[in-house]
Amino acid sequence: MTANTPSFSPDPTKRGLFGNIRKMRELTLILIIVGLFIVMSFASPYFLTWANMKAMLLSFSTEGIVVVGMTMLLIVGGIDLSVGAVMCLAMVMAAKLFVLGMNPWLASLSSIGICSIIGLIMGNCVTRIGMHHFIVTLAFMGIARGASMVITQGTPISLFSLPPEFKFVGQGTLWGVPFSIIIFFVVVIIADYLLRNATAFRKIFYTGSNERAAEFSGIRTKRIKIGVTVLSSTLCGLAGIIYMSKFGAATPNFGVGLELNIIAAAVIGGASLKGGEGTVFGAILGIALLSVVSSSLILLNVSVYWQDLIKGLILLAAVAIDHILHNRSVQQG
Amino acid sequence: MTRFDETVLELIGIEKAFGATRALRGVNFSLRKGEIHALAGENGAGKSTLMKIIDGIHQPDAGEIRVHGKATQIADPLAAQKMGIGLVHQEIALCPDVSVAENISMPMLNASKRWFVNFREIRRIARDAIKPLADIDPDARLHELSISNQQLVEIAKALTLNCDILIFDEPTAALTESETQALFRIMQQLKAEGISIIYISHRMAEIFEQCDRITVLRDGQYVCTENIADTSPDAIVGKMVGRELGELYPPKLSTLPESGEVLLDVQNYSDDRRFNDVSFRVHRGEIFGIAGLIGAGRSEVVKAICGLHKRTSGELTFLGRPAEIRNYQDSVALGIVYLSEDRKENGVFLDLPIAGNIAALDLEQVSNYGFINRRLEREQATELAQRLNLKYGRLEHPVSSLSGGNQQKVAIAKMLSVKPRLVIMDEPTRGIDVGAKSEIHRLTRELASQGVGVIVISSELPEIVGLCDRVMVMCEGRNNGIVSGDAINEDRLIRLASGMGQNIENSPAETTTQFRVQPAT
Repeated sequence: MTANTPSFSPDPTKRGLFGNIRKMRELTLILIIVGLFIVMSFASPYFLTWANMKAMLLSFSTEGIVVVGMTMLLIVGGIDLSVGAVMCLAMVMAAKLFVLGMNPWLASLSSIGICSIIGLIMGNCVTRIGMHHFIVTLAFMGIARGASMVITQGTPISLFSLPPEFKFVGQGTLWGVPFSIIIFFVVVIIADYLLRNATAFRKIFYTGSNERAAEFSGIRTKRIKIGVTVLSSTLCGLAGIIYMSKFGAATPNFGVGLELNIIAAAVIGGASLKGGEGTVFGAILGIALLSVVSSSLILLNVSVYWQDLIKGLILLAAVAIDHILHNRSVQQG
Repeated sequence: MTRFDETVLELIGIEKAFGATRALRGVNFSLRKGEIHALAGENGAGKSTLMKIIDGIHQPDAGEIRVHGKATQIADPLAAQKMGIGLVHQEIALCPDVSVAENISMPMLNASKRWFVNFREIRRIARDAIKPLADIDPDARLHELSISNQQLVEIAKALTLNCDILIFDEPTAALTESETQALFRIMQQLKAEGISIIYISHRMAEIFEQCDRITVLRDGQYVCTENIADTSPDAIVGKMVGRELGELYPPKLSTLPESGEVLLDVQNYSDDRRFNDVSFRVHRGEIFGIAGLIGAGRSEVVKAICGLHKRTSGELTFLGRPAEIRNYQDSVALGIVYLSEDRKENGVFLDLPIAGNIAALDLEQVSNYGFINRRLEREQATELAQRLNLKYGRLEHPVSSLSGGNQQKVAIAKMLSVKPRLVIMDEPTRGIDVGAKSEIHRLTRELASQGVGVIVISSELPEIVGLCDRVMVMCEGRNNGIVSGDAINEDRLIRLASGMGQNIENSPAETTTQFRVQPAT
């Protein structure tokens, strides 16, 4: 063609102010959390105490394990509404098996295994039958919750005779740090590293960003989607077992409404419902922020009835800011 | 040269149908070692489908694929990759949220046995692959790049595969001249290394400069394979077209309408991305065609006219008065309606009843005091259905119960329900049967003779030639010339669409083809 054909848009390989929204996101979250800490330490003498720190960490550490799976699901373009119910099912089933006389470790492992199988079924419903993640996991939210109710007949199971080495998982401390927090850190650090560097986990981003492009590159995207669904359900199972050990009991209505908190945390942390975006680190900052906010509200003697409202506003603000910045960066090229 | 004797890829009698459409009918193709083999044909001739079969994205319904002389099946792109086949897609198939380096290395990462990604290594590989083409930061995320740079990434990605068969499906459509030259240098270098290349392009000049042999497809059928040295662009264009006008078109205007009343005057329309500085006029009573290759910006221009696509500059005069159309509602209020090229996505509500579809553009016509009056709705639908000769069971049936041609008639009826003064039809007969097609052609002419302005976009050249009184040919977002009357023939249109020649029309205002350099933002 003619030699002076102009390219219609300016070359945007130069990265502008908004080029690194994602890194900015994590930094922003850290700044907000630190800011909250500073403000709160003036507002309440109890806030900046080791006991309160530990309580806050404890409160979100086990949910944080569930957030890891949810983040990966969001990156691959999926979603999971069944996390709370599946977590509860693992707890209830392990408790029931233990009460029936099974070794608690074996009971826990088999319950986690059942959760993985639920994930496998959900993943296949999505990829082989072509159902939407939302519907499949909504159905399994009901199925898992219902199964918990059937198993327990609606009443909590108390586990007075749990052996101490099993109680250690949820209640013990190692060098003064609660063991469940250590599990949380191990899961998060490994997951974050894998998601950034491991070949298999990078395919989650490729599949979520443009499934066809991933397929054209030879990636078996169905396997990736199933794998992530299994992983998410398995992590829910692990979380359920930690809670069982922590409480020494299993209740069939545990974790009701948890999915909303988990999805909100992942989205505040930068995961996109469109897929292709998100980090474990960001999602953990997201759940930490939500947790710090609710802890602050309690210490400030704000009625608990305000909590959901404020969490909703935070979610709304985070996503709105994200879209506004994203639009601007697209307009800038 | 002896290396030309070895055949690396052979396709024999390939058949492929998508639903009722037979995309490929007994196509043969053979590729020799170390040659650049052009594949030519009009839009819809089956070129891309054939290439997707070679890359394992589609499976042939019948026929045989031989790779290095061995009959084989290519199950998916991974299998193709293992056989040394790489495809540069026409539409960019990359991950927007992922870095350039990872996009380029994606097939390699997928095939590698390593557990972890060595980012330093893939960055180096990406930089090496992209350097001969352009200066692109391997750490940039893909969506930050311009379309042409994304296309270069797509090419670089195929280059890293170490294929011995490489397919380029219209790689230069989005590239600038210097980028195109860089690509050709690489192609020649690969050829010298003994790699075989299949090259799809509409640009005859490129094909005759770069290729060794050429295979022509037409309507999904194999036409011929020639040595480039033994043929000419004219001969190839003739073979690409080479068919009789199968359908009868309604008679055209006997006098050219250029002296008639100007209905629509579009001046210097640009959106800075898909089209640039496009000007043209539509007169009362004529059918104005817009031709061009896919991606030339045809749909975008007309969508910008009726407020469905943004524009950054340009003026519009409708019926002698300047008009500012900010959205489609403005456009409909002025009497300009648009028939989408994608019927199922944007043209009709498949699950809603026929009558409801027809009334959807202006519900007030069939409403009293804000409530829809079913009797009025029926009357309107009955009248339009009769006029368009719509074949339907009951007006309450969903549109999905109709054949493709009748669905399209519903979409047209919806447009006509507002008594438009200018109708813009984007690929009005795509994918519909011959009978409905000629009915739509007749209706189009009828509308024009009633004084309604008509713009028809079509990728089907016989349709443009048979139907239109004047034709604007777009090439790479520009108006590459307007032809009228007897000057409209397929040969001329193909040349203009592929940027081969310019045609100057009488009125200079319409053929403004120089560029205005857009300020960088």
